[in-house]
Amino acid sequence: MASRRVVQALRGALATPPLRLSAARSRVCFQCQQRWSSVSQRQGSDRVNFPGAVNSSFTTDLNFQRATEADAMPTYRYLDQEGQVIDKARGEPDVTDDELLGYYKTMVTVSILDLIMFDAQRQGKVSFYMVSQGEEGIGVGSSSALRNDDPLFLQYREHGVFFQRGTTLDDFIAQCFSTKDDTGRGRSMPVHYGSKKHHVHTISSCLATQLPQASGAAYARKIENARNPNKDEHRVVACYFGEGAASEGDFHAALNIAATRSCPVVFICRNNGYAISTSTLEQYKGDGIASRGVGYGVDTIRVDGNDILAVREVTKAARALALSDGGRPVLIEAMSYRVSHHSTSDDSFAYRAKVEVEDWKRRDNPITRLRKYMENKGIWDEEKEKQLRSDARKQVLDAYRKAEKEKWPPLANMLEDVYAEVTEEQKEQLVMVKEMVEKYPEEYDLDIYEGGLDALKSTVEAQR
Amino acid sequence: MVAARLLRPAARLLRPSPSIRPTATFQRVSAPTASRWRTYASENGPKEMTVRDALNEALAEEMEVNPKVFILGEEVAQYNGAYKVTKGLLDRFGEKRVIDSPITESGFAGLCVGAALAGLHPVCEFMTFNFAMQAIDQVINSAAKTHYMSGGIQPCNITFRGPNGFAAGVAAQHSQDYSAWYGSIPGLKVVAPYSSEDAKGLLKAAIRDPNPVCVLENELLYGLSFPMSEAAQKDDFVLPFGKAKIERPGKDLTIVTLSRNVGLCLVAADALKSKYGVEAEVINLRSIKPLDIEAIVNSVKKTGLMMAVESGFPMFGVGAELIALTVEYAFDYLDAPPVRVTGAEVPTPYAQKLEEMSFPTPELITEYAAKLLKV
Repeated sequence: MASRRVVQALRGALATPPLRLSAARSRVCFQCQQRWSSVSQRQGSDRVNFPGAVNSSFTTDLNFQRATEADAMPTYRYLDQEGQVIDKARGEPDVTDDELLGYYKTMVTVSILDLIMFDAQRQGKVSFYMVSQGEEGIGVGSSSALRNDDPLFLQYREHGVFFQRGTTLDDFIAQCFSTKDDTGRGRSMPVHYGSKKHHVHTISSCLATQLPQASGAAYARKIENARNPNKDEHRVVACYFGEGAASEGDFHAALNIAATRSCPVVFICRNNGYAISTSTLEQYKGDGIASRGVGYGVDTIRVDGNDILAVREVTKAARALALSDGGRPVLIEAMSYRVSHHSTSDDSFAYRAKVEVEDWKRRDNPITRLRKYMENKGIWDEEKEKQLRSDARKQVLDAYRKAEKEKWPPLANMLEDVYAEVTEEQKEQLVMVKEMVEKYPEEYDLDIYEGGLDALKSTVEAQR
Repeated sequence: MVAARLLRPAARLLRPSPSIRPTATFQRVSAPTASRWRTYASENGPKEMTVRDALNEALAEEMEVNPKVFILGEEVAQYNGAYKVTKGLLDRFGEKRVIDSPITESGFAGLCVGAALAGLHPVCEFMTFNFAMQAIDQVINSAAKTHYMSGGIQPCNITFRGPNGFAAGVAAQHSQDYSAWYGSIPGLKVVAPYSSEDAKGLLKAAIRDPNPVCVLENELLYGLSFPMSEAAQKDDFVLPFGKAKIERPGKDLTIVTLSRNVGLCLVAADALKSKYGVEAEVINLRSIKPLDIEAIVNSVKKTGLMMAVESGFPMFGVGAELIALTVEYAFDYLDAPPVRVTGAEVPTPYAQKLEEMSFPTPELITEYAAKLLKV
């Protein structure tokens, strides 16, 4: 942005006296002061003291730094693929059996919901759907370690988060079918769910826009936390995104601003190997997304996303870290494999072998791993598994059939919420809509909308 | 076309109804020049104030009354703003509420949107709206649409502000007008102040409005002084959106314009008066969205001639929209086809003589008005 320097230089010359120097002298930012003293390099020092780098040692070896596989960041895990606790010395995790069963049920329900809704799209019942198969562990595990009122910014593959927060199947499917019960009032694509009650911001289709927004919401929490002496009520913001989204400029802006403004935000990257068809081999050259966090001065950890207990433990620690020192950002890179197609608009077998997918599905996925752990523990068996799967299937289908028959949101909804208040023009438009549908009753079937013509009339009357 | 009709019911405008617009008081504002500096005429009554100071006062007053308001942007804190609009605010409100951002428009615009979604009332300063193009996704796809797409559960009370439009000697990438861009988005409100009263009243209204608002200021106006009425000096002064101001009443020609062009049009109107003895009515739009079409129609009913003056590029611009609306709702009152004077269809050149030819000037406006008036 050299050009804006030119603008500024011009500005300084034209309109206003150059205040920068005097301002800088009189008010030095305390953060900068901590970072470097205004005194220049001491003579004979073996370490750098430039404003932009402190405590870097001088060297006479001309070496370029290169990321190698040898020093890739390690991946934290708790259970091995057989569901056995790896570090026996650490003992059992801090989770009750009921909680374990709850997580398992949520993950299984989500995977069954995904299958049914994917088919619903193929049958033309909904226009679009995105499945989270293979990544149920990240959603359920991480949100189980957050407070239920920590605000969340999601991407679109985190169904587990919703159900862990208490969203019902009815709520979720109503959104996909845009029925009258959709809290989004039928305005967003399927899966772009939001819930005030559950503190989840409505999902945006634009990739990575939620990242800087999460930093901003965390800044708001930071101010709120500072005013609240009760530490138990302090909140963090959690922000989910895929490794593909981390290539967007917004990712870099969000991490940099969150770090420089010390915002209490937990960034959770789901690295599932594919951004639609682009594999991570073509997405980046460095050591995943985690290495970038370190570059921005953000505390970072990499975790096995198929190990729900590890994800839970890591998120719990990250949350505590994010609230320390008045707030700081934390980055979690959760590794997994996207078993599903990207969305219903994608056929992933055009760019990856079916055998590869089948192998991951069978060999390592979060549901089987937790199942093995629970079986080892003796709290789960084949019988219970069958029962759970048939119950979950029935619940999903019940909600599905109910939503199918449900009416659409009231017609008058169409023009509301563009602005906080309904404008004069919009009120007039609604009157015209009413006159139109009254004039041609054969052309417009209003019974499919909640409340039908009566609701439209009463809205028009109320706005008068 | 059908959509346009649905959106703007002409019947309402033609119906004889008591005007909801307050009667415009005649206020003589000749084209201000840089030599007019701030003075204090007396303790009471109107006083002179620069647009820069008016904006500063608006920000300070709103930050004073509402602890949720904070300002974030490049250089806004320690440096007092690239254009000194935020001068003194850091000292007064501290570094939690006046925040210097790293150089990343999409990032800090996104941060402000997030803070707004979380319940704060951020003022997001773009050093100029030229740089806001990097952040336009956050402004349009997130700020403007989230309230609707969330089913009304997530309001976004945010103000985007900064200089917009023609500036001197900064060439193509720093000198263009985005009024039409933001004006076309449902969910956004857009205002373009001209005078100090406009600047203060509209910025305060923008911060208070629960919707996302773009305040398109103009760099060349910052240093100019305008009279501030006694009412405008008070801290409860706000201007309503969607209400234009008749800067100069007239009976022969309606000139509809906005932002800095208002000043140019007032000079042109004086020239028209002295050269040809005609009285041009100059309408300062103040607000681009919502747009006060009623004021335009009422004026055209009186004058029969309409001219739009703006500094954006000619095609699909504010001028095009103004003329389209005039033709839709006041066709029967027009004596001649309406005319627009706009910026030239060229990326703004750097060379001074070429730059001068790229934007409306009082001479050009006078010339086109004379042609339209056949004088």
